[in-house]
Amino acid sequence: MSFIRDTWIIFRRSMVLSLRQPLWVVIGLLQPILYLTLFGPLLQTIAATSGFEGDAWQVFVPGLLVQLGIFGGLFVGFGIIAEWRSGVIDRQLVSPAARTAIIAGRTLRDVVVITVQAIVLVGAAFFMGLRVPVGALVIGLVLVALLGAAFSFISNAIGIATKSEDALAPMVNTLALPILLLSGILLPMTLAPAWLQMVANFNPFKHIVEALRAVFLGQFGEPIVWIGLLLAVVLVVIGAWVGSRVLAAQTK
Amino acid sequence: MKPQSHPFQPIRRVPAELIAVPNNDNEAQVTNTIIEAKGLKRSFKARGAKGKTIDAVRGIDLSVREGEIVGFLGPNGAGKTTTLKMLCTLLAPTDGSAIVVGADLRRDPVEVRRRIGYVSQAGSTSPEAKVGEEIVSHARLYGIDKQVAIQRGKELLAALDLAEIWDRTCGSLSGGQRRRLDIVMGLIHQPRLVFLDEPSTGLDPQSRANLWNHIRKLRDELGTTVFLTTHYMDEADSLSDRILIIDHGTIVAEGTPAELKKRVSGDTITLTLRTETDAANAAGIAARLNGADAPATEANVVRFHVPDGATALPVLLGDLTKAGIDAIGVDVNRPTLDDVFLTLTGRSLRD
Repeated sequence: MSFIRDTWIIFRRSMVLSLRQPLWVVIGLLQPILYLTLFGPLLQTIAATSGFEGDAWQVFVPGLLVQLGIFGGLFVGFGIIAEWRSGVIDRQLVSPAARTAIIAGRTLRDVVVITVQAIVLVGAAFFMGLRVPVGALVIGLVLVALLGAAFSFISNAIGIATKSEDALAPMVNTLALPILLLSGILLPMTLAPAWLQMVANFNPFKHIVEALRAVFLGQFGEPIVWIGLLLAVVLVVIGAWVGSRVLAAQTK
Repeated sequence: MKPQSHPFQPIRRVPAELIAVPNNDNEAQVTNTIIEAKGLKRSFKARGAKGKTIDAVRGIDLSVREGEIVGFLGPNGAGKTTTLKMLCTLLAPTDGSAIVVGADLRRDPVEVRRRIGYVSQAGSTSPEAKVGEEIVSHARLYGIDKQVAIQRGKELLAALDLAEIWDRTCGSLSGGQRRRLDIVMGLIHQPRLVFLDEPSTGLDPQSRANLWNHIRKLRDELGTTVFLTTHYMDEADSLSDRILIIDHGTIVAEGTPAELKKRVSGDTITLTLRTETDAANAAGIAARLNGADAPATEANVVRFHVPDGATALPVLLGDLTKAGIDAIGVDVNRPTLDDVFLTLTGRSLRD
């Protein structure tokens, strides 16, 4: 199938280019570790007193993983704008390549990068004291990959649709801030007043974070786990749909 | 055209409908039409104003024969790039139709994409990517095998004087090298028709001349049809077999550079004399030349037009000598495409 072949070709090209800039790979890997070492200790004390269930790592690492998936994906649009500016996107659009592959190949690269960062994060957390079942780690990585894919699709789509860093930056920030604040990634939403909790309930990422926390506590059978995974899959489908619509619109 | 002399003459897969049927007088060379556009139109929704549209291209008819270099000349904003993008499948026409290399532009854009090459003025490569990687990955999108892509890519690079850059990063190349690399990328699938969008923009004079030679070579050695847009008259003039002039979204003139220039009132002759009296007398003599228009005299300089400066000049100088007038300077200026554009539109291309 030409879509899969074309996605693979575009993925390989993007991956090679990403690996060529080791500084970015290293910075990308350092970020989650900085969060762990500089923010984790703060949570040690909070986790004991607040509404969190489980130890600090079981609470904090799922939040960090979800955050990595969201933010790792959200900012990739800047890269595709640079590629458009150097003529690469038009060059690929004028080839017979499947339209969706042009964005899907890049998203696949982002998913690989984000998943590797997530593995490093989990590995570092293990050394700091995280103890969870292997199944929980696998589900965590799958969730991160799904979120990364959804946000990479959306960010690439906005980048290609606007073709302007000045337009992308405020859009990304507008998306990111409420998602982060209303997700309970950094602090539990149980600390919030009732009205804020109500609002947060409409944020799918709150449920995704809760799903991953349940998994980290070994509660695989909880319905929230399935809800969280399902939400993540729905987000990927939406992202892929938006992405392919935007790419198709490029030659309209 | 001597295609055999070139080491990488493409193997042509000519679609049946394009194979020329010989005329009754069997030896006659029938030229294929490679682009045939009818009423091609594109309008954009105007920003701010509701329901208002801007017609960027207002129904263009054009036809390009195989093996031609066609220059699409016009000022910025005339609709050149919009037309080019439509023919390259990057922009869907609002109306009209076109057959490009035998494929229907609106019904089968994917087939058009397989058959054409496009070289954008924005470039085609990432600065941090290596030349070879970009060539191979691009070729693979056309279903070309990796080994074939490497071999073909290296041959094309060599043909465009870019041997030895395979492992360099695209960002380390000079402007002229990078533009030639863009052409290599556009030719990797051996298209019979290649579109060049403002090929020499931003290049220094030496690189421009060099690029023009390579573009001519494309046609002469590979037989590739070249359709290029430009807002430089010298580029259109020196490269094109035929020129289409576009202004305000319509084609205002078409012909060979020489044909187009004939439309202008002719060559300009500028005479410089010793005195104003001489100038007045010389103007009288000039006015009697075959086909000359009314001379304009300014102090000791006389300026007028004749259909053909080269034949008028000896006659003029002979007449002046007979009248005892001594010219101290003579200038004959052939019309430029800018004069053509000025005559057609009342504006200069430079504006």
